[in-house]
Amino acid sequence: MDILTALLQGLPGFGGMSDQGLFITGAAVMATLMFTVMALCAIVFTWMERKVAGFIQSRYGPMRTGRWHGWAQAVADMLKILGKEDIIPAEADKGLFVFAPLVVLLGSLLAWVAVPWAPGFVAADLDLGLFFIFAASSMVVIGILMAGWASNNKWALYGAARGAAQMVSYEIPLALATIPVIMHVGSLNTQDIVIAQQGGIWHWFILRDPFLFVAFWMYFIASIAETNRGPFDMPETESELVAGYHTEYTGMRFAFFFLAEYANLFLVSLIAVFVFLGGWWSPIPGLDFAPALTFVIKGILMVFLNMWVRWTLPRVRVDQLMYLCWKVMIPVTLLCIVGSGILMITSGAVG
Amino acid sequence: MSMTSPLGTVATGLQAHYATVFVFILVGFVFAGIALGVAKLLRPSNPSPAKQSTYECGEVPIGSSWVRFNVRFYLVALFFIVFDVEVIFLYPWAVVFKQLFPVPGMGAIVFWEMIIFLAILALGLAYVWVKGDLDWVKKLAQRTAMTPAPAAAAEEEVPAS
Repeated sequence: MDILTALLQGLPGFGGMSDQGLFITGAAVMATLMFTVMALCAIVFTWMERKVAGFIQSRYGPMRTGRWHGWAQAVADMLKILGKEDIIPAEADKGLFVFAPLVVLLGSLLAWVAVPWAPGFVAADLDLGLFFIFAASSMVVIGILMAGWASNNKWALYGAARGAAQMVSYEIPLALATIPVIMHVGSLNTQDIVIAQQGGIWHWFILRDPFLFVAFWMYFIASIAETNRGPFDMPETESELVAGYHTEYTGMRFAFFFLAEYANLFLVSLIAVFVFLGGWWSPIPGLDFAPALTFVIKGILMVFLNMWVRWTLPRVRVDQLMYLCWKVMIPVTLLCIVGSGILMITSGAVG
Repeated sequence: MSMTSPLGTVATGLQAHYATVFVFILVGFVFAGIALGVAKLLRPSNPSPAKQSTYECGEVPIGSSWVRFNVRFYLVALFFIVFDVEVIFLYPWAVVFKQLFPVPGMGAIVFWEMIIFLAILALGLAYVWVKGDLDWVKKLAQRTAMTPAPAAAAEEEVPAS
């Protein structure tokens, strides 16, 4: 943010701007940038998902559009969606139906405010950073419930109820898994969390102690469930619920759900990267040429891991999902907090 | 935190940071508006009763979907509130843990306080567990003991066991 405003000040026409004007312009530029990143996520990752799925299932995936390995397929899909008719069911609760995609979209856009792309490069350097990200992204649950309820469609309602139950349940291990890291850092500021991991791969939190290693995998599993992706895609099981909570949505409103889904996929991967995997630091100390690029590459690798899991494992049942969350992951993450605390004390990390 | 905000003279750092959040909300609405506006210009619009009917795989929908829902979902929501509040309490503790632990006389308090807090919550989890409320599919004996009349509420799926 500070870098950006400094840059803006250097541009002709911005030099004479007041502090407020400069600040608001900077924030708006940052917000536009984040929105572009979100849109790019949807385009790049849908193509990537199809290619990865194809590779795992021993087929090609898109090959025609744009010649080279069908790279333009996702762009073509986006253009097609723009031209689709917007159908609002006669039985639906119109106000909620129209508003729900916006809530989902805003929830996932807001969470990007505190993502630390590079040293000093974050939209808002919130002291409550990580907490804010979790708080903002839980707005998505409200949007999904609104969408399912407003559609007045049995499939949509089941999908929404399952989605809400799943997302609120997995939010707990998701947040608990990051607490050992917060204990090590002593701050919720996202920049501070990354700075605390400086000095090569051995200083990344995933490798700091065995409990943090477990906590990372707990976070990873919970993040898959949070984004409603396979093997935890009960809210949208195409074989039983048509499409779940967005069954009745068409055109651009459907695209908003889609956009938010892939943006959230990238977001949870980036959170994993900056909380556990060293953020913008390269694995070898002293080789930090392009912090933002390192950060994004690590994020894309995490997205790939997510896709790998999705296309490899079969879908679990609803009762297995609840079992895993409440009876395995929550006790394990609680143990991680205690264990990591004791290790910190015995190893003298806090003394 | 260094408060080198460009808004410096206008507001303190904290307000400036959350002003960014506000700008994000506005930009979000603007972009959504643009996307919907462009789509409105491009897309056709000829609604018909058949098109606007609720999609239930080609069947004519029977009744409203706004029905009573299985109580298990509400139970999950209740547990969530309890445990989410727990997480909210854990965050501030985790932030000050490193700072307060070395302070003479505070270390033991900081450590044991949280152990006791977690133990109480673990006890709560154990209670819910033993009562069987964490089981998505209740055992038949448990179900019949708990619901004397046949359940009228909408069931998502009939449990096998």
